[in-house]
Amino acid sequence: MIPSGFEYHAASSVQDAIRLLTENEDAKILAGGHSLLPMMKLRFAEPAHLVDINGLRELKGIDRDGDVIQIGAMTTENELIASEILQQHCPLLVDAAKLVADPQVRNRGTVGGDVAHGDPGNDHPAVMLALDAEFVIQGPEGERTTPANGFYLGTYWTGLGEDELLTAIRVPVIKTGTGYGYNKLKRKTGDYATAGSPVVLTLDSDVCREIRIGLTNVAPMAIRAEAAEDLLRGQVVTEALIEQAAEQVMAACDPAEDLRGDVEYKTHMAAEMARRSIRDALARARS
Amino acid sequence: MAKQHISFSLNGQQVDALVEPRELLVHTIRETLSLTGTHIGCETSHCGVCTVDLDGVSVKACTVLAMQANGSEVMTVEGLADADGLHAVQQAFIEEHGLQCGFCTPGMLVRAYRFLRDNPNPTDEEIRWGMSGNLCRCTGYQNIIKAVHSAAQKLQQA
Ligand SMILES: Cc1cc2nc3c(=O)[nH]c(=O)nc-3n(C[C@H](O)[C@H](O)[C@H](O)COP(=O)(O)OP(=O)(O)OC[C@H]3O[C@@H](n4cnc5c(N)ncnc54)[C@H](O)[C@@H]3O)c2cc1C
Ligand code: FES
Ligand code: FES
Repeated sequence: MIPSGFEYHAASSVQDAIRLLTENEDAKILAGGHSLLPMMKLRFAEPAHLVDINGLRELKGIDRDGDVIQIGAMTTENELIASEILQQHCPLLVDAAKLVADPQVRNRGTVGGDVAHGDPGNDHPAVMLALDAEFVIQGPEGERTTPANGFYLGTYWTGLGEDELLTAIRVPVIKTGTGYGYNKLKRKTGDYATAGSPVVLTLDSDVCREIRIGLTNVAPMAIRAEAAEDLLRGQVVTEALIEQAAEQVMAACDPAEDLRGDVEYKTHMAAEMARRSIRDALARARS
Repeated sequence: MAKQHISFSLNGQQVDALVEPRELLVHTIRETLSLTGTHIGCETSHCGVCTVDLDGVSVKACTVLAMQANGSEVMTVEGLADADGLHAVQQAFIEEHGLQCGFCTPGMLVRAYRFLRDNPNPTDEEIRWGMSGNLCRCTGYQNIIKAVHSAAQKLQQA
């Protein structure tokens, strides 16, 4: 299987990449290529131009500035896993990256590509919703930042313009009193989620002050289970409340039936992943 | 689409090729450069049989454009053995029966080579995790795990 023909451009800078996107009709960014090339082989995508950004070192790397960690879009999954900054200050991203695909894919696949692709099966989008991350985007008009919440509009449909480039992702440092968890059900190692749920919550003398519950692969795009969050916010989170929240998680799901399961199964599994992640997050927030 | 010239190091030798932008690295290696040790299995980035070493990391050569290998260092299964004979990883796969039909073996060997470079003294759990991008239809994996373990010991003694 070989993709159909296209013109290949290696971008020499971020500005050059944006110029290539603007000047060429039907051009696409090539990051790790581990979503795009498989789609091109199957003719689900047939871009006329590929703009390769693998040479742009300025899009790599992880830096902490106080309470904010900035991650270059071209940072690979394996680089997330190896990052001491993330292990110490945002281990949720390390845990999530470990659940993405397999070692070879994680060597090529980038966090920027994972969040920009708009595939509901990708793990990072829901994680970014739960973290309340911010995306740094460069376009012909300059730089803008936009919250992850609100970025996902539908399947392969995000707030990114056709001539824009995602350059970095900003996530907050996870502090004492804040807990996190990501549980993902998959059929086998290396598979996309049947259902997944990242949770980040903050306790204040055991009262849940803030909580975000993300959901992976159980709707046309990554979503939050907001009604479930509303139930838990301001409360001491008991098992009985988690059960009520799980009902609300199920109400938020709208999965597509496929080889990973039917609608009912995926909906129930999403609730179970959310229960587990809420419990993990509570335990970590208390410790 | 016009063909473009690329040049890279393949198993230590500088090679040149004319490739279409859409050509995948695995095809260039097998068809243009005639090294057929690297196999093609699923062609959909799942099975790992096309694994090669690209600038010191394991990648699936069916999911990298040949253009992207320009200027890089590539190692395939043919690069493992040297004048002294088989590489420790290859020897261990023979001794521990880490293969049956042998179709997955080139990918397994090249991946095991890189994995042991990164983690010379792994636990069984780490081997399972590190080799999880390579599928095998025959062995049931147990002997592959044993072979990687045994290769680790051989390499440590060497
Ligand atoms: C076998 C296999 C298993 C997988 N399992 C999982 C899994 O479990 N979980 C998971 O999350 N993913 C999984 N993936 C997908 C993988 O993680 C991809 O690498 C990822 O989804 C896309 O990142 P990429 O860098 O490869 O992007 P590419 O494939 O290069 O690009 C994807 C899309 O995003 C656009 N894009 C990329 N970078 C940018 C940018 N900086 N700015 C603007 N647009 C950009 C591209 O134009 C393209 O449309 C799997 C892939 C394979 C092959
Ligand atoms: S042929 Fe490349 S992963 Fe299967
Ligand atoms: S030995 Fe036959 S596929 Fe692995």
